Amino acid sequence: MDAKFLLSILVKNEAGVLTRVSSLFSRRGFNIDSLSVGETESSKISRITISAKGDDYVKEQIVKQLRKLHDVITVELMDLDNTVIRELLLVKVASKKGELSDIMHAMNIFRAKVVDLSPASVTLELTGQSSKIDAFIDFLKPYGIIELCRTGITAIGRGDYILKNVKEND
Amino acid sequence: MRMTGAQIIIETLIEQGVETIFGYPGGAVLNIYDELYKASDRIRHYLTCHEQAAAHAADAYARVSGKPGVVIATSGPGATNLVTGIANAYLDSSPIIAITGNVATSLIGKDSFQEVDIYGVTMPITKHNYIVKDVSKLADTIREAVKIATSGRPGPVLIDVPKDIQLAEGEYVPQPRYTPENGKYGRIPDEAIEEAVELINGSQRPFIYAGGGVIMSEASKELLEFAELIDAPIGLSMMGLTAIPGDHPRNLGMTGMHGRYAASKAMSEADLIIAVGTRFSDRATGSKLEFSKGKKFIHIDIDPAEIGKNIPAYVSLIGNVKDVLSRLNARLTACERPEWVREVESLKASPENNPELPDNKLTPKALIEEVRKHMPDDGVVATDVGQHQMWVSLYYNFSSPRTLITSGGLGAMGFGMGAAIGSCIGRGVKKTVLFTGDGSFHMNLSELATAVSNRLPLVIIVMNNGVLGMVRQWQTLFFEKRYSNTTLNRKTDFVKLAEAFGATGYRISNKDELPNIIKKAFETEGPVLVDAIIDRDEKVLPMIPPGGTINDIILEA
Repeated sequence: MDAKFLLSILVKNEAGVLTRVSSLFSRRGFNIDSLSVGETESSKISRITISAKGDDYVKEQIVKQLRKLHDVITVELMDLDNTVIRELLLVKVASKKGELSDIMHAMNIFRAKVVDLSPASVTLELTGQSSKIDAFIDFLKPYGIIELCRTGITAIGRGDYILKNVKEND
Repeated sequence: MRMTGAQIIIETLIEQGVETIFGYPGGAVLNIYDELYKASDRIRHYLTCHEQAAAHAADAYARVSGKPGVVIATSGPGATNLVTGIANAYLDSSPIIAITGNVATSLIGKDSFQEVDIYGVTMPITKHNYIVKDVSKLADTIREAVKIATSGRPGPVLIDVPKDIQLAEGEYVPQPRYTPENGKYGRIPDEAIEEAVELINGSQRPFIYAGGGVIMSEASKELLEFAELIDAPIGLSMMGLTAIPGDHPRNLGMTGMHGRYAASKAMSEADLIIAVGTRFSDRATGSKLEFSKGKKFIHIDIDPAEIGKNIPAYVSLIGNVKDVLSRLNARLTACERPEWVREVESLKASPENNPELPDNKLTPKALIEEVRKHMPDDGVVATDVGQHQMWVSLYYNFSSPRTLITSGGLGAMGFGMGAAIGSCIGRGVKKTVLFTGDGSFHMNLSELATAVSNRLPLVIIVMNNGVLGMVRQWQTLFFEKRYSNTTLNRKTDFVKLAEAFGATGYRISNKDELPNIIKKAFETEGPVLVDAIIDRDEKVLPMIPPGGTINDIILEA
């Protein structure tokens, strides 16, 4: 059974490391749904968050193959019940006369923010789980989405669920 | 000590125990070659005719010697010519260090003359790779490359060095030579050993399936001890073919698509397969679903990612094969399985396992057996890819590990000449045999010049059937004899060709000439080529069709 899963990966902050990680997925025939990357508390280490789909075989192979990469320090299949998951959305919607208040109303419910306003459009920012972002986009569609971008998922364990302390057990 | 980058490269290689380099000079490695010239009393460079052969030579050198093989090529075309050789080393887990020059860092990314992003190109076919943009990191990069290439599951590492880094000055501080720490990989919990022992003790028909990992970890002794303890037969993957002597009573020979009947049959009859240093390639298993039906698996390998990749394992023991087998052997008590042994013995003696071949004809088997008579037990045999490779795997009675150098995972035609050269040099310039076909040999025959220039004692047996025999065999069996582009009909005279290169050439057209000409070939100094004319419809048998099972085995055609 294919199920969604989330990987958090600590990698050495070296040139080419993102290519190594992402090309491993295509080379082994696995798909990435979402990928985000950024520096961590140490400038020598980056953290990659990947959301993907697959059965237990795919999950296990991805983790093992990633662990073989020289630049990969830690690979963790995140425990979703113990993880804060967020994604950021920026969306530009056409603001025709009379519609703006509807949009503003929804914005309050979703706790989105206005980050730019022009006579023809309004640009909104929303942070949350992917499902919330999907719902917000669905709501906005009838108003006319001009432009949309999402950062991809990023995630962090709760409390003492700390990636650099996770011991790999093969 | 202040040194240029080029000097640091050579000094660090020497420091890490490298005595031999294969390669080809060019614009972006001129400085490295200049340092090689100055250090020629401490490190030996072998010039090939094409970078591909240099990469294959480095690969073969590593396999026969157990030391890393080193290859140098220039930027752009020099680097891309290495690609097949690097991929070959990757799929067969061979420790090579490829050093490429590149254009100066200021010219990178501008499509400069002879610029190729070889770092990007080789990322999926190396264990790890580097582009060095800071001369102060050069020496440590090379040391780390040696460590990565030779530790754990070995593999190729590429280091791309832009020209300005070769020219830049940096500090060189000598370091000790790296030696792989095998024990590091043996962190197996006691419970896993106990589980394995329980499975083995509970098994009626255990079968040991051994691969290249046994050779790499030098675990032949431990493997045979293990087989005696649990009273089980051993089947081998092609990469594991030299792990134990061919005529050892426990040895059923090669399994898989072109494996021996008894080996494949016993494997299918087994209730427990203990896979040792092997990865269940599709060529070895056929249909994975049918293959694994009704069986349990214990998988021993150094690479955790191999566990469960192709076949789900009941128990996995991750570590150096030698260490794992030693631990198992210490824990096991000898047992006997007379029924299973009888069954295996009868399979071994069955007519299916001992096909009768015509003895008035120059068959591949007769040719291989004749060559075997002249080779010492530790003599190295290299092959190209195709029917001849399978015939060698089936009929050459190997006696000692690291004596078969063949392109297993990649199946790269053209591998043979470079491999034979590297094998010969890696064994201190000893008599080395190359079995090749007229198809494979045509790919890289220019390397005859390399063999002649270095007076290498190569005996090159060209099994000449005028066709691409393996593909033809598939066309015969699965494509209703539509021989699309496999009938070569080339007019190449291999005897004259050998002579043109400065080698010696002989031809064998019938069986009567066989003993005499092979004898003469082995008495000849320097490289010698034997053009052996065989029937174009000779087949590699048995054959289990791709994705098939033992029930689909083709024994005669």
